[in-house]
Amino acid sequence: MTKFNWLLKMAWRDSRKNAARLLLFMSSIVLGIAALVAINSFGDNLSSEIEGEAKALLGADLEVSSRTPIPDEVRERFDSLGFEMSEEMSFASMVYFPKNEGTRLINVRAVEGSFPFYGEIITEPADRANDFTEGKNAMVDQTLLLQFDILPGDSVKVGELTFHIEGSVLEVPGQSAITTTVAPPVFIPFRLMEKTGLNQLGSRINYKIYAKYPDDFDNVIFEEFLSPWLETTELSFDDVAERQQEIGDAYSDLTGFLNLTAFVALILGCIGVAGSVHIYLKEKTNSVAVLRCLGASGRDAMAIFFLQVLIMALIGSILGAVLGAVIQYVLPALFRDFLLVDVAIELSPMAIGEGVITGVVAAVLFALLSLLRLRKIAPLRAIRASVESGGKDRAPLLVGGVILLFILLFSKVQLESWGSALSFSLGILVAFALLAGLAQLAIYLVRRFFPSGSPFVLRQGLANLYRPNNQTLILVVTIGLGTALITTLFISQELLVDKVKLTSAPESRPNMVLFDIQSNQVDSVRNLTRQSGLPVISEVPIVTMRLESIKGRNVEEWRADTTANIRDWVLSREYRVSYRDSLSESETLLRGEWQEEAGDTIFVSLEEGLREDMKVDLGDELIFNVQGAQIKTYVGSIREVDWQRMQTNFLVMFPPGVLENAPKFHVILTRFASPEQSASFQRKVVKDFPNISIIDLQLVLETIDTVLSKVSFAIRFMAFFSIFTGLLVLTGSVLISKYQRMQESVLLRTLGARRKQILLINALEYFLLGSLAALSGIVIALIAGSLLAWLSFETSLKPNLLVLLVVYFMIVALTVVIGLSNSRGIVSRPPLEVLRKVV
Amino acid sequence: MKHEAILRIRNLTKNYRSGSRDLTVLHEVSLDVEQGATCAIVGPSGSGKTTLLGLAAGLDVPTSGSVSLNGISLDGLSEDEKAEVRSAHVGFIFQSFNLLPTLTALENVMIPLELKGEKKVRAKANELLEKVGLADRGGHYPSQLSGGEQQRVSIARAFANRPSILFADEPTGNLDGETGATVEKLIFDLNKDAGTTLILVTHDLELANRAGRVIHMKNGKLQSDSQADAVSL
Repeated sequence: MTKFNWLLKMAWRDSRKNAARLLLFMSSIVLGIAALVAINSFGDNLSSEIEGEAKALLGADLEVSSRTPIPDEVRERFDSLGFEMSEEMSFASMVYFPKNEGTRLINVRAVEGSFPFYGEIITEPADRANDFTEGKNAMVDQTLLLQFDILPGDSVKVGELTFHIEGSVLEVPGQSAITTTVAPPVFIPFRLMEKTGLNQLGSRINYKIYAKYPDDFDNVIFEEFLSPWLETTELSFDDVAERQQEIGDAYSDLTGFLNLTAFVALILGCIGVAGSVHIYLKEKTNSVAVLRCLGASGRDAMAIFFLQVLIMALIGSILGAVLGAVIQYVLPALFRDFLLVDVAIELSPMAIGEGVITGVVAAVLFALLSLLRLRKIAPLRAIRASVESGGKDRAPLLVGGVILLFILLFSKVQLESWGSALSFSLGILVAFALLAGLAQLAIYLVRRFFPSGSPFVLRQGLANLYRPNNQTLILVVTIGLGTALITTLFISQELLVDKVKLTSAPESRPNMVLFDIQSNQVDSVRNLTRQSGLPVISEVPIVTMRLESIKGRNVEEWRADTTANIRDWVLSREYRVSYRDSLSESETLLRGEWQEEAGDTIFVSLEEGLREDMKVDLGDELIFNVQGAQIKTYVGSIREVDWQRMQTNFLVMFPPGVLENAPKFHVILTRFASPEQSASFQRKVVKDFPNISIIDLQLVLETIDTVLSKVSFAIRFMAFFSIFTGLLVLTGSVLISKYQRMQESVLLRTLGARRKQILLINALEYFLLGSLAALSGIVIALIAGSLLAWLSFETSLKPNLLVLLVVYFMIVALTVVIGLSNSRGIVSRPPLEVLRKVV
Repeated sequence: MKHEAILRIRNLTKNYRSGSRDLTVLHEVSLDVEQGATCAIVGPSGSGKTTLLGLAAGLDVPTSGSVSLNGISLDGLSEDEKAEVRSAHVGFIFQSFNLLPTLTALENVMIPLELKGEKKVRAKANELLEKVGLADRGGHYPSQLSGGEQQRVSIARAFANRPSILFADEPTGNLDGETGATVEKLIFDLNKDAGTTLILVTHDLELANRAGRVIHMKNGKLQSDSQADAVSL
């Protein structure tokens, strides 16, 4: 028999009596693999779908857009190349439904021509997307109709015009369900756009031209001539490849992030494997010593159990891959609102193969830490149990290093950045170290301050935490990490929501913004506001202008200077500027002096971020073009702006005495006391001033909450893989130590302990383990949450104690229930019967 | 006629570190054991007899001195090389039987044969089990056998690779009187048939007196050697 055959035979022989235990170890990795395979398969299917429907995502071969009317030069050039064109104007505006006086901020889209050239706008009734433009008709987003109980056949007022609602819009190329939650679209005929009266000073209109290439168009023309030319204009443009890349990158970010949550589940499972294998192999010490006495080498002995672990890892990974292939069918429903395409699910052999390999490699690597020890077991142990295994062994350190490298490489593949991968890997390491440290500290404290005078049951339960071969460390790390992950997700969601809650302060803060108010309307709107019982908290004039020159050089020269590093948006932006004699509540003066009134020299105040991007400093000259008039200014002060405050904030602020006579529009901030007051006031404003748009904070918060809930639900779905893995590890660890616990419990029974006492001892031990794990996890989550709050959200953490308490009790309850389910069989049968069955 | 020495021990010393001081468990022990001899090493607990057995079998490394087994010097051999020597030349019988609990009785007996790479392993193992009277228990696991039966399987295993030298560490130590006597008889009968050199560690003087040579140990040193006494007489 060859050596390998013998090793395989021995691995098989030994596994016969241990198959259930080995399978249980490997169940720890099943969920992690399932999650990885599901996400990767879904990602592969999504990529294929995006590639297959790339043109439909854009709806054209080329899209050109601008905030100002697109010059005819572009149309002429496109025409000369034989492009078919379609134009669109879109902008945010209020609509009014006369049927029930409902109002809502929406996205008005006025399209002419055959857009979309690829894909279709799906409507109800079908095929109405192009025909409706013949009359004074509108097509309204379906969710908007449902929200206001409006039916096709009813009417909708957009600006000065009232349209007949011809049908509902179900799907628009390149638009996901989530974006229609924020700004549902209403389509109107392009030719009627002007008549709505909404194209006024200050209106934020987005102009687009969609182009379809002729059939024989060579893309080299775009790459070598058209694209470079478009770069020289101030227009934005996307072709299919660009759009596909952007969308692909965004979803790649999503699947990368989700893969990381799946990877955390896998690592948890591997830690469980490591712990279980460690205990399992400890029981094999004597067998290994005997084999060595009989003539087997240390390597042979290790190889026998290595083969067992390898085969079980393969089985576990395959099971995980199968489960993942099934779970992937759920994912399209989970992410439906965020997808731009319908994803047809197919099995992805690549994802399945990657998942299996990842699972096997990870499980074997973690198990190696204990397997390597077998090489050093002295044969002398067969005749003298107290003999220590020999020698310094660097191999486990090496394996530890390989494990870290594996984690780093895997996360680099998912995150596509060494920096992020390093942060993630370090984060995992720190979390593990913290959890392990907390577990060790708890054990130390229990031993140090052991309550010797306390009841027997308590003392026994506490002592079990640090008895030889205890699993305190493994359980605290695995359960604790799962707890930390879930709790961090809850905390992050709350941080995000808190960040946008702008009405936490009392009555002085505005919760409604009216904008696009023309100068000839401002007095009337102000009066209407007051008559409706709402305060005019502030009224802000806004002037639009463009930058002409910086430090004596005009913007064209700066744009052409590739060494300048001035961001393009700074040079080509239409600035919306105001004037004031003092700082607002959301501003802090960082440097310079605020000019309360313009003198011979005009000093403007810049926001710090703009100053940095513009590469200017105090005293530098800036010339602005205000609708044809050039105004020379100097940087007089630098401000820090709290952009999260619900009020008008400006990048550039002029002093009074300069812009009063410039063409401008206005913004009024007010505060409503109740939703009814808000709805009533909005109805009046929209009726009398249809060009004015209104931001209702309540609606904003509801929308954000909806979006966040969907995002966090998807993330929590993935995070539950970690939690369930933790439970599997808990179950596995509890069952692996069954024999040891049985012996202890049977011995106690033999000595006279009652059933209730034994159950209490076990319950207490698991209660303490669960508490330790849950509290450690919550501590980690609070640390992570604090760091997130400080570094990412620039706020302070206010943890929700109720959520933390619920997490704690659930984890503890689960731990106790699983632990006690193991003890049931022991206490109700005669001790010898139990021991015989075990052996 | 003088037989060749199958085991040669020269000035064997073994120290253990205990706390801050060295403990000398074996102090410059020298002896030769002839091929085919049966030799019992007796002494109270802590006399160093098990340590001597472990060193002689290559299971441990001496602090100083040398061991030669069947003409092969164990000095400087790696652990794997020593394992090979054991596979080829050595059999073991342990006090605690030390059967692999996850293998059947038959499979336990097969291991030394498989390690040697022999053919018809199953048949040979069955033969051995028959010799120890357990042919019908080959498919049972150690947990299903009594102490005496486990030791009999262990004996079958020890003879499986036809060793030149058999080491037995307190083979009847965990057995009652009657069972112990049965096992004792088995060891000596099989040993006689096989012509193996037997080195037996025991504190049972009755068992020791069955051997042709008795070595007394105390405090890590040889106290007396019946072979040397006989020569000197």
